[in-house]
Amino acid sequence: MSTLVTRVRLKQITQLIEKGKRLDERGLLDYRDIKIEQGLIEKAEGSAKVLLGKTEILVGVKVETGEPFPDTPNEGVQTVNAELVPLAHPNFEPGPPDENSIELARIVDRGIRESHAIDTEKLCIEPGKKVFVVFIDVYVLNYDGNLIDASALAAMAALLNTKMPNYEIKDGELKMKQGYTPLPMKSHPITVTIGKIGNTLIVDPILEEEQVMEARITMAINEQGNICAIQKGGSGFFTPQQILEASKIAQQKAEEMRKKLDW
Amino acid sequence: MNEKPDKLIDKKGIRLDGRKADELRQVKLQVGVLPNADGSAYVEHGKNKILAAAFGPREMHPKHLAQADRMVLRCRYHMAPFSVPERKSPAPSRREVELSKVIRESLEPALFLELYPRTGVDLFIEVLQADGGTRCASITAAALAIADAGVPMRDLVVACAAGKVEDTVVLDLYDAEDKLGVADVPVAYMPSLNAVTLLQMDGILTPDEFQKAVEMAMVGCKKIYEMQKEALKTKYMVVKEVEE
Repeated sequence: MSTLVTRVRLKQITQLIEKGKRLDERGLLDYRDIKIEQGLIEKAEGSAKVLLGKTEILVGVKVETGEPFPDTPNEGVQTVNAELVPLAHPNFEPGPPDENSIELARIVDRGIRESHAIDTEKLCIEPGKKVFVVFIDVYVLNYDGNLIDASALAAMAALLNTKMPNYEIKDGELKMKQGYTPLPMKSHPITVTIGKIGNTLIVDPILEEEQVMEARITMAINEQGNICAIQKGGSGFFTPQQILEASKIAQQKAEEMRKKLDW
Repeated sequence: MNEKPDKLIDKKGIRLDGRKADELRQVKLQVGVLPNADGSAYVEHGKNKILAAAFGPREMHPKHLAQADRMVLRCRYHMAPFSVPERKSPAPSRREVELSKVIRESLEPALFLELYPRTGVDLFIEVLQADGGTRCASITAAALAIADAGVPMRDLVVACAAGKVEDTVVLDLYDAEDKLGVADVPVAYMPSLNAVTLLQMDGILTPDEFQKAVEMAMVGCKKIYEMQKEALKTKYMVVKEVEE
């Protein structure tokens, strides 16, 4: 997802980072301001909008019934899809999802799935036949860097806002009842992406910084401070020492954010 | 795999397929296996059987994808419909699209992209049989195919996974361990440059276990690295014997 940035600007960013400074005067390991708004789409079972600086993500959650996977007959199904909506950036084009949106969706999915955030066993209606399917749709509304962290945060915020329809089984038939219960959740992973510019590690890059970033590494951290999912991206590399450093940064940032969000 | 085994590791620390915790599966590497490709390699990693072919550097098609200042590496990771127990649709899945991307990004750091502007290298990886750890075996084969095509490289890229099965950190998970185990950490590595070019993980690990897994995977990588170099030399040793 490269955009046009002048070489002078790229050089300026690299030189600033070398000195431990950034374009928007943040520290290397500071996030931009985060704003979360929940429940703004009434027709969805759950929704949340996250503003991370100027990056804006809307996530809608729909809960429907469907068949379980054959290898997990007693568990509900979770699916994540991401759309880089053309109104979010001139480089986003309409059409089927490209590798960037597929990767984004799969990173968000992995963080939620591997930390067992959703209690999928409680989404089983009839083993092997009928379960609830949770559709998590990530909508990028404005792109200014760090889509991964913003999307993962918005997805979790939307899940925490999700209500499931009450139901009963009468004569073998599924009947929806009045009222809702919250979606059963077991864990609240927080996703932190660390970028590498030169030999410096930073968090929460803006779009222009992403253009000089050689590589990134994303880690989802659970309440116990354990790592639940990782994805390296970009055409650069990390030394083993940098990976350990990144994992420490991720844990520290996740803990800070957890306190702020009270998750 | 029809039935879940009770235990994946026995009391003596031996895994279901008879390996110790830090033991690799049998790896067989062969270079120059496809006559029409500029470079090619075949890898058998346990029951994984994977072919990789490299074409280029050559003119980009379509032309508008060419970059004025560098070479473009394109990569397609694809699984044959018969490579897994249940037939896989030949259409590229989301998983294959993601793996194609991460495999490409694991190889790009090894190439001098800036030296070949306006050209492209196409890399095709076909998984003929899958048994856990195909992305790693694919990277090992793909690096050999690129080297075989004569494209200069900073180092060979070699990949191997480590993970956690029951309570033990183990090297090189096969299918059953991958599905029933706790975590899987694939790592791609350039040993001479000490650079990690791919790192993924699913499952839950403590920070200490994670560190141990990455270190274990890197030891595995270094072993396969030696085999890679050997495989490249072997291709030319065969030619020499004919000359004599």
